[in-house]
Amino acid sequence: MEKIPILRIEDLYKQFPVTRKFIDRIKRSPKQVVHAVDGVSFTVAQGEILALVGESGSGKTTVGMNVLGLQVPTKGRILFDGHDVSDWATGRLRSGKNGDGLGRLSRRKQILSLRRRAQMVFQDPYESLNPRQTIWEIVVEPLEIHNLGLRANEKEARVRAALEDCGLAPADHFWSRYPDELSGGQRQRVVVAGALVLEPELLVADEPVSMLDVSIRADILTLLQSLRKARDITIIYTTHDLATAGYFTDRMAVMYLGRVVELGPTVEVLKEPRHPYTQALVSVAPVPNPRKRRQRVILQGEVPNPIDIPSGCRFHPRCPIATDECKKTDPPYVEISAEHEAACLKI
Amino acid sequence: MESQNRIWTTFRKKPMALVGMGMLAVALIMALFAPLLAPYDPNERVDVVPSDILAPPGEGHLLGRDDAGKDVLSSLIYGARVSLIVGFVSSFFSMFIGTTVGLTAGYYGGRVSNALMRFTDFLMVIPDLPLMLVIISVWGRGLWKIILVISILYWTYTARLVRSQVLSIKERQFVLRARALGASNYRIIVRHILPQVMPLIIAQAVLDISSSIIAESTLSFLGLGDPTLISWGMMLNFAFERAISRKAWWFLLPPGIAIVWVSLAIILIGNALEEIVNPRLKTHHLFNPRNMISLMLAKPLLVESESPPEVTP
Ligand SMILES: Nc1ncnc2c1ncn2[C@@H]1O[C@H](COP(=O)(O)OP(=O)(O)OP(=O)(O)O)[C@@H](O)[C@H]1O
Ligand SMILES: [Mg+2]
Repeated sequence: MEKIPILRIEDLYKQFPVTRKFIDRIKRSPKQVVHAVDGVSFTVAQGEILALVGESGSGKTTVGMNVLGLQVPTKGRILFDGHDVSDWATGRLRSGKNGDGLGRLSRRKQILSLRRRAQMVFQDPYESLNPRQTIWEIVVEPLEIHNLGLRANEKEARVRAALEDCGLAPADHFWSRYPDELSGGQRQRVVVAGALVLEPELLVADEPVSMLDVSIRADILTLLQSLRKARDITIIYTTHDLATAGYFTDRMAVMYLGRVVELGPTVEVLKEPRHPYTQALVSVAPVPNPRKRRQRVILQGEVPNPIDIPSGCRFHPRCPIATDECKKTDPPYVEISAEHEAACLKI
Repeated sequence: MESQNRIWTTFRKKPMALVGMGMLAVALIMALFAPLLAPYDPNERVDVVPSDILAPPGEGHLLGRDDAGKDVLSSLIYGARVSLIVGFVSSFFSMFIGTTVGLTAGYYGGRVSNALMRFTDFLMVIPDLPLMLVIISVWGRGLWKIILVISILYWTYTARLVRSQVLSIKERQFVLRARALGASNYRIIVRHILPQVMPLIIAQAVLDISSSIIAESTLSFLGLGDPTLISWGMMLNFAFERAISRKAWWFLLPPGIAIVWVSLAIILIGNALEEIVNPRLKTHHLFNPRNMISLMLAKPLLVESESPPEVTP
């Protein structure tokens, strides 16, 4: 695989203000923020599938939303195909760096050009389909929005191909139905189909299977995998489940409290996790191929509140091997192999 | 649409709703076919002898005659037209204004929204009736003026209802999905938000019909109705001024009963619709003292379901 980075995230921070209680406002206690994403950097190569793994609240969705320009970063920037996504998503790109002339397009056209190339599959298939639209309306809507100048029969062919590629065949059987007549797995297929009719280059799949029955998870993941093969699409797959990530991804980024603590080739990270947090996750996960029997590491305590991120290494309060130094120093990334790094002082 | 079928199926199973439909149908038929149904033309000049004035019911005049010797039944039938036109048209206008304000304020938020909602609150707290009286006395009497005054004062509840719904719907994932697909604000509002709120808007509009009818009757009763048209409120006004001392109950009772009949019909329909589209609401307006009072004061019916929890973006 060629390693052209199609996406580059540079030191991304995203904070949300906390709505203060009335009493706190009177007491003039300081304004607080949730540090949802707290200094994340990584690149994704063209055609790669990257797993973004982390517990609930670690900031996975927030990274995805910023990647698509649906939120504006507090700090840092995200480059998609060389362009700053938050400018692109608001139609404020200046003259194109790649000589692709994007900067000369009108604002609306800039926005549409980004939306066409990067799509997102949201976490909850029960919530991400408009209950008052038919499957046809849902899947054809992207084509209408982007007004690709397709004739009626071309539109029909695109919708049919998208649905059937996603395992909803024959398409005619489904498209006059409403979402509440479909199962969760079928709905998620519709969501994926709706994202794919535009033939995007980048797909952020935000926990696409976490709300589904275990029995259909593998089907959806196989679907994503086959899409990569068929369409050479780049996928960021977020999950809290190491096992599903091991299933089909190339690289894996493990997030803890808004920061990537370990990043490397999936196989290597699962086999030789170096960060104590990853080690704990791996030790309790049903990994497909557990060569070595490991001792299960059960983490102490809860994930700290992202309003108050612990000093030093953010993982130290729960870390089984933390020392005094870990309370003071925020660990830099240690290179383990060419593509594998982890943020821990004890490596 | 599938969900509309569902609403209709549930609606048909509610006996009170069917009674309401039947009662409204009677009024509609009266209004539509007034010239065929009415035994006389109320606009025709009649030559009367003194004994015709306030003549009690009898041969040829089922409900007797009024103070000008005209047939009460014919006026009653023609009066349905004014009530229903005012009811339907004002409620349509207030639905339109309320929906537009509510959608704009809810979707865009920010300062414009705050200003709009402050204005809405302001209109809501002013007592409607005195304000209407003032406007009409300054502006003059006329059917369209009455319709406009009612519409301008009665959209506020719809606006609040729509806004609070929009605030929560716009946070839902399918709206985010539409945005991720590149949908414009206009498209998101029209295709994704409005269809979710529409059933509630319709239910509210139906209830507004009866408020508007009562408001029109009140204005006419107070002598501020359109002088060129017969309406139930105006009949009541004449009856009160000129017939009470003569105990001409046949002139007084029919318009009063007619107003109650139509409002009740619409409230029955509106309540059934509202219970279907907003099932969390269990109180029945008619049996709720606050609404009985507001009904008597010709204020828009207040719905008990205060909006779902507001989500601030
Ligand atoms: N719009 C928002 N306003 C305020 N806080 C937010 C917002 N979005 C996310 N957060 C907070 O930011 C943190 C990270 O949230 P995020 O949704 O990115 O986590 P996640 O890893 O996707 O978790 P999950 O597995 O539950 O989806 C959480 O503490 C969350 O409460
Ligand atoms: Mg999430």
